[in-house]
Amino acid sequence: MSKSKFKNPVVKWIDHRLPVFSFMDHELNHYPTPKNLNYFWNFGSLAGFALVTMIVTGIVLSMNYTAHVDYAFDSVERIMRDVNHGWLIRYIHMNGASFFFIVVYIHIFRGLYYGSYKAPRELLWILGVLILLLMMATAFMGYVLPWGQMSFWGATVITNLFSAIPLVGESIVTWLWGGFSVDNSTLNRFFSLHFVLPFVIVGVVILHLVALHRFGSNNPIGIDVKGTQDTVPFSPYYTIKDLFGLSVFLSFFAAAVFFFPNFMGHPDNYIEANPMVTPAHIVPEWYFLPFYAILRAIPDKLGGVLFMFGAIAVLFILPWLDRSSVRSSQFRPIYKIFFWILLFDCILLGYLGAMPAEGIYVLLSRIATAYYFFHFLILFPLLPYIEKTKPLPISISEPILGGAATASAFATREKK
Amino acid sequence: MIKYSSKFFSNNILKLFVSLLIICISSVSFGAGEKINYPQLNWSFSGILGTFDRASQQRGLQVYKEVCSGCHGMRLLAYRNLKAIGYNEDEIKAFASENSVNTINDDGEVVERPARPSDKFVSPYPNDKAARAANGGAYPPDLSLIVKARPDGANYLHALLTGYIDAPSDQKVPDGMYYNKYYSGNLIGMPQPLYEDGVEYADGTKATPDQMAKDVTAFLAWASEPEMEDRKRLGISVMLFLLLLTALTYFSMKQIWAPIKKQ
Repeated sequence: MSKSKFKNPVVKWIDHRLPVFSFMDHELNHYPTPKNLNYFWNFGSLAGFALVTMIVTGIVLSMNYTAHVDYAFDSVERIMRDVNHGWLIRYIHMNGASFFFIVVYIHIFRGLYYGSYKAPRELLWILGVLILLLMMATAFMGYVLPWGQMSFWGATVITNLFSAIPLVGESIVTWLWGGFSVDNSTLNRFFSLHFVLPFVIVGVVILHLVALHRFGSNNPIGIDVKGTQDTVPFSPYYTIKDLFGLSVFLSFFAAAVFFFPNFMGHPDNYIEANPMVTPAHIVPEWYFLPFYAILRAIPDKLGGVLFMFGAIAVLFILPWLDRSSVRSSQFRPIYKIFFWILLFDCILLGYLGAMPAEGIYVLLSRIATAYYFFHFLILFPLLPYIEKTKPLPISISEPILGGAATASAFATREKK
Repeated sequence: MIKYSSKFFSNNILKLFVSLLIICISSVSFGAGEKINYPQLNWSFSGILGTFDRASQQRGLQVYKEVCSGCHGMRLLAYRNLKAIGYNEDEIKAFASENSVNTINDDGEVVERPARPSDKFVSPYPNDKAARAANGGAYPPDLSLIVKARPDGANYLHALLTGYIDAPSDQKVPDGMYYNKYYSGNLIGMPQPLYEDGVEYADGTKATPDQMAKDVTAFLAWASEPEMEDRKRLGISVMLFLLLLTALTYFSMKQIWAPIKKQ
């Protein structure tokens, strides 16, 4: 680094005193990345793009939004009708939330499939789960802001969950509301928090990236990079691949925004909030449905709340629940089957969350909830004792299996 | 060599993911719907290229004005917005001035003045309580967003407006309620609004209840989504651009990666 790699004298001068250009050159240009990443590794950068999109459109929306129970609904409609291209900004923001969750959920399941949470990437994973939690809080409060029927009643149902906490529950709910019901003070604080939390997310995303760049990306084979022959510089190889992925993502996103902007929303949210009229079915946004199903599957209110939060909590400790040292499911024949069962289970929970809590749906919700926790708490720790993993390749650039390159050999290499 | 993560395999995962996602989303949206089946009409404004039928919208405005506006307001719509459905400024001025709004004059007195194009549609009742009191306790909802605020809104509205039939003999219809085969629970506070020749169309279209229901739905669909035509038009350009961008980035990617793939 003694000899500057920059030609531009201004850049050189600045970089000598404040090495931001060296930093970017190192982390975004030369950054060695496994050369065998498949398209599922596109979803990290897509999530970053979605976050920035949400922040930019959100700031513009906030310039035209009024956080008051008497004006919130009409101010959103004013954005839709009178603000120049306000409908576009609002529909991008509204659908952007859904697409952000789609991208992040795929990103998470990719991590589950290829064991990206395993040593030495435990903190990277935990920071990711923290981002998910922050996203959920932000999305929930954002959905309240248009002050439609689902906004109001969703806020009422979800904040009321805290009343299940023994002794202090009721006081906590009053404290959250800033009054004795979801009202103007609730709307105001939700707006304030909805504005600030995305910047907290940005902070955690930066930590997520720092942790990522410490050991670099995992890869579909799940074995460590052995040398430069296994990697390519991030630019141009992955910048162009991410750009292609972004173009595909934008095509789906634009199709939703321009042609089906209300497909993922609920019609009731175009009815202004009315504390006197309860909607027939109160349903959260689709991305909360699996958790909502778990909440309703437990017959006890406090139990339901605990299991719902537990569904996220198990993700935090996943790196220690999974006892297998083999990362990628490609070499775990039994886990691979269970992975698909888990994915199906989560989608089933999502479906059940949208159905009324009656009849067969209750039973199915309980079975699906039981499987979810079985998968994390029993299957992950015990499966490695039964499962015989397939032999691992020697390296990413060496597809031919060496005789000694078995799972156990991999495990010993890992310990070094 | 990166053949190890066989393409066949990752492609299949992708397909599975996408199909599961579609199943998930579609089942959820089916679940949210009502159990009553409305007749599915072929609206000019449905589909990604659909636009509003101006003549139908204008007839719809007439139906709204002469039939619905007796009880239902459209508070989010301004008279000036009518330009979008083909009226000129003089027509809008004349249309607006048929209504009056309260204002405060220089002496501080509340006086009435004729509505201007910049005013919002004047609601028939001064407040919700007055609306309820005049309608036997039932609140006639504001229609500004009605098509967006109901699942399958356009078909629902058309069905509801034409769904008044005689109640089956085992169904008791209380005073002030009416029987409608498409309304949830079948008992609705709104009396049948549309009758044969209820309005007289200037363009000579026969004013059957079905025709009036279609026209007023076309008008209300526009009121719910006044940006719809702009949105779809812009959407087509954006999609074409993205298609081109996707092709460009795809082939750039292939070219850049070619030496690596050959190794």
